Amino acid sequence: MSASHAKLEARRRANTELGLLVLALIVCLVAYALVGLAREPRLPAGMAVYGGILAGIALGTHLFTRRVAPGADPLLFPLAFILNGLGLVMIRRIDYAQGSELAPAQTVWTIVGVALLILTLLFMRDYELLDRYRYLIGIAAIVLLLMPLLPLVGQNINGARLWIRFAGFQIQPGEFAKLGLAIFFASYLAENRQLLTVATNRVGPLMVPPARAFGPVLAVWGLSLAVLVFETDLGLSLLLFGLFISMMYVATSRVAYVIGGIGLFSLGSYVAFLLFAHVQDRIDIWLDLWNSDAVGAGQLQQSLFALGTGGVAGVGLGQGHPDLIPIVSTDFIFSAFGEESGLLGTTALLLCFVLFIGRGYRIALLCEQEFGQLLALGLVTLYALQVFIIVGGVTRLIPLTGLTLPFVSYGGSSLLANYVLVALLIRVSAGEVGARPAPLRRSRSSQKAEG
Amino acid sequence: MTGSIRRVAAVVLVLFGALFVNLNYLQVVKADDLASNNANRRQLIADYEHERGRILIGAGNATRPIAESVETDGEFKYLRQYDPGSLYAHVTGFTSPLVGRSQVEQAFDQALTGNAPEAFARNLADLMAGRERAGDAVHVTVREEVQQAAREALGDREGAVVALNPSTGAILGMWSSPTYDPNDLASHDFDEVNAAWEQLQGDDDQPLLNRVVSETYPPGSTFKLITAAAALEDGMSPEQTFPDPERLDLPETSASIGNFGGSLCNGGAPLSLIQAMTVSCNTTFAQLGIDLGSEALAEQAGHFGFNDQWEFQLPQLAESVVPSDLDAPSTAQSAIGQRDVRTTPLQMAMVAAAIANDGVIMTPHVVDRVEDTSGRIIREFRPQELRLPDHPNGQSVSSGTADTLTTMMESVVSSGSGQSAAISGVRVAGKTGTAQTGEDRPPTVWFVGFAPADNPTVAVAVVVPDGGGVGSEATGGAIAGPIASTVMQAALDLDE
Repeated sequence: MSASHAKLEARRRANTELGLLVLALIVCLVAYALVGLAREPRLPAGMAVYGGILAGIALGTHLFTRRVAPGADPLLFPLAFILNGLGLVMIRRIDYAQGSELAPAQTVWTIVGVALLILTLLFMRDYELLDRYRYLIGIAAIVLLLMPLLPLVGQNINGARLWIRFAGFQIQPGEFAKLGLAIFFASYLAENRQLLTVATNRVGPLMVPPARAFGPVLAVWGLSLAVLVFETDLGLSLLLFGLFISMMYVATSRVAYVIGGIGLFSLGSYVAFLLFAHVQDRIDIWLDLWNSDAVGAGQLQQSLFALGTGGVAGVGLGQGHPDLIPIVSTDFIFSAFGEESGLLGTTALLLCFVLFIGRGYRIALLCEQEFGQLLALGLVTLYALQVFIIVGGVTRLIPLTGLTLPFVSYGGSSLLANYVLVALLIRVSAGEVGARPAPLRRSRSSQKAEG
Repeated sequence: MTGSIRRVAAVVLVLFGALFVNLNYLQVVKADDLASNNANRRQLIADYEHERGRILIGAGNATRPIAESVETDGEFKYLRQYDPGSLYAHVTGFTSPLVGRSQVEQAFDQALTGNAPEAFARNLADLMAGRERAGDAVHVTVREEVQQAAREALGDREGAVVALNPSTGAILGMWSSPTYDPNDLASHDFDEVNAAWEQLQGDDDQPLLNRVVSETYPPGSTFKLITAAAALEDGMSPEQTFPDPERLDLPETSASIGNFGGSLCNGGAPLSLIQAMTVSCNTTFAQLGIDLGSEALAEQAGHFGFNDQWEFQLPQLAESVVPSDLDAPSTAQSAIGQRDVRTTPLQMAMVAAAIANDGVIMTPHVVDRVEDTSGRIIREFRPQELRLPDHPNGQSVSSGTADTLTTMMESVVSSGSGQSAAISGVRVAGKTGTAQTGEDRPPTVWFVGFAPADNPTVAVAVVVPDGGGVGSEATGGAIAGPIASTVMQAALDLDE
């Protein structure tokens, strides 16, 4: 692809992004107006501020990415933007119902999140930079993951030890640790995938790769179990394991890793089920929701009531009862959409996620670097699993484990981490059309080819 | 690697496909079940979003609400309040966010929520114009003075008092004791409601039971009015005389029936039907029952409304029963209101009212109209003869029989067993009853009657089960008569 073609393609993509952003902005503003009109017969007072901030974010980010990440995927940011915008609308709506003041904080986090996206793109002109600092990133991720267990800074909220208190803020370091682990895995696997693919040792009737290649596998298994056990966080633990298995599979193409990984995780989960009452409760609630007296059965019942009451068309934005659903602004925000916007709304939301995920896998497929491929795959799988685990949980498809719905749920840590995730995907995708700036060092695959 | 990336993406796609299928299941297939689940408070919140209509009492300018909904800033917008709660508990009933509704609140729920069929056109117009309107008001015929008199006269004793206007069927007083406070069940504090409900349900004295319409008792000697009515309708003269045995030997058995206290009714001399009624002579009426047969007794009782589920405004009307197909000894027992004969207090009040109203039985009613917030009448319940399936004109006895029975009942109050019900300056007609309910149990005592005898404006029935706490010495005259007198006096005072 010639340079001028690349430039044309980059401009075409950027224009697409701009058009989609305008569309997303309109959808968010209409939703905001509806929520306000359901309350009193005039446009809500905060609409100009909300609209102004969203428009500023959209335009600012667009103009910036146009310059620093030319040729980037034109759907990623508009999809994140519309999910974030609708999330803000729903949080505002929940504020009305509960008399809380979450929306202003979430608006601030949105601005910070987008700023983080811009900074990430600005300082990381080439994602190979991450490859270089992989061990630093990996160690940082593990430290972040285990931080809530520390005394003094660690905080127990809603029965899970996921939080640290730092400088007056409550932070969920796990949200950032996930990204760090995805980066580390991508880097480690890109380098060692040959080693992991070749079976050289005999264990009984099986031929297996050398023991040292298994080090990270077992380390991650142990890590996710530690999260499960000590932080009592089923969701994060499941997420990390899903991430690792899928990345191992893609790196090696060996189904044995998938089977082995699922086997190990199942074993760990079964032991956790036997040992921990809260795990038993989750399973009990899932299997026998209507007769369960376990703590937490009520919240899932309320979630299903909201979804059922919403039906196909919903009761109308601003006209339902999100306040009846516990922890509605974070884990159960999807159910609030289900009540007020019905199956049509939940389907639209899910389609936004599916589109985002589809674009993510497309980026992984189109990337020419193994590290980039694995990085995009890891990040998008992380994102997809998170959406699946929480939406599946609140709809009782799978046992409920607490996670945020990316971009939609209230919560600064999650929002910030997800904007970084978007920035990384954008950066990987910007290489697609050849408009990527010159690499800081030569890619590994070409080194090998030459070596 | 691209092949395995595709496969991971395909697995993720399958997972999301499962989410879509499950969402369709929840929001389409199971949507109605989930929306109407009892634990889903949304319907309840919607129900409490609109002001429920008031329940009104009193006439003209003195009309006032005994139940109304007041706005709160809680999750449920309107709180139902009853004032005074316990006095009208068995009239208004309750409407509760947790345990349903009863009485007028239950029976007139459509009107109170503003959804009566009669209001359809108006509601449509309101909808078009975007007007919000409170539910329609239900006006009850019960009068505070009568209700209060019944409460005071009965006091702490278990029992029931009902007073109605014989010529219209309007219920002036409906008092059931013990009572309860419907405010406890209407509360928006669910713990409070559950505690109150559990306590009321578990109470052996059954405070939730409306004894006037939903409980039956053996009528005892008050049933002699029906036996006498059957005999008079059969052509018997009130002057016909009967022997006065100490005990009446019942045919086909070794059993016999004696009189109250084992005494003679007329010193052993023959006595007339009027005299027998006046002193409530068991042997005479038992003999009459045997002569008439159980079919004739049941038929006459049927003309008053027994053995039938006629339509009544309030829910859970118990059926009053007079069995037919009985052998002679059982018929003799039935004729004096013992054995398997059972009646609601309301049914016995209707017998008295029918006699007072020249034999014409009027449909009893507790609600006389439904009106909207501006006072416009939407539905009215006008006085109407009681239509029974096999007796549609409401003529329970002939006018002549009614006159004769009135004479007999006046004699009961002026010189017989019911003198305790007399009101000075007013001609009162009545009949006492003292029903044995078991070997060692105190009797259930009764008084039914009406006043003034020449131009009746009120008919009453009073029942005090288990002798009202005075044991086996209790009689209808001693216990129930004074209560009836007080209540009738209160009703007569209404007529300025």
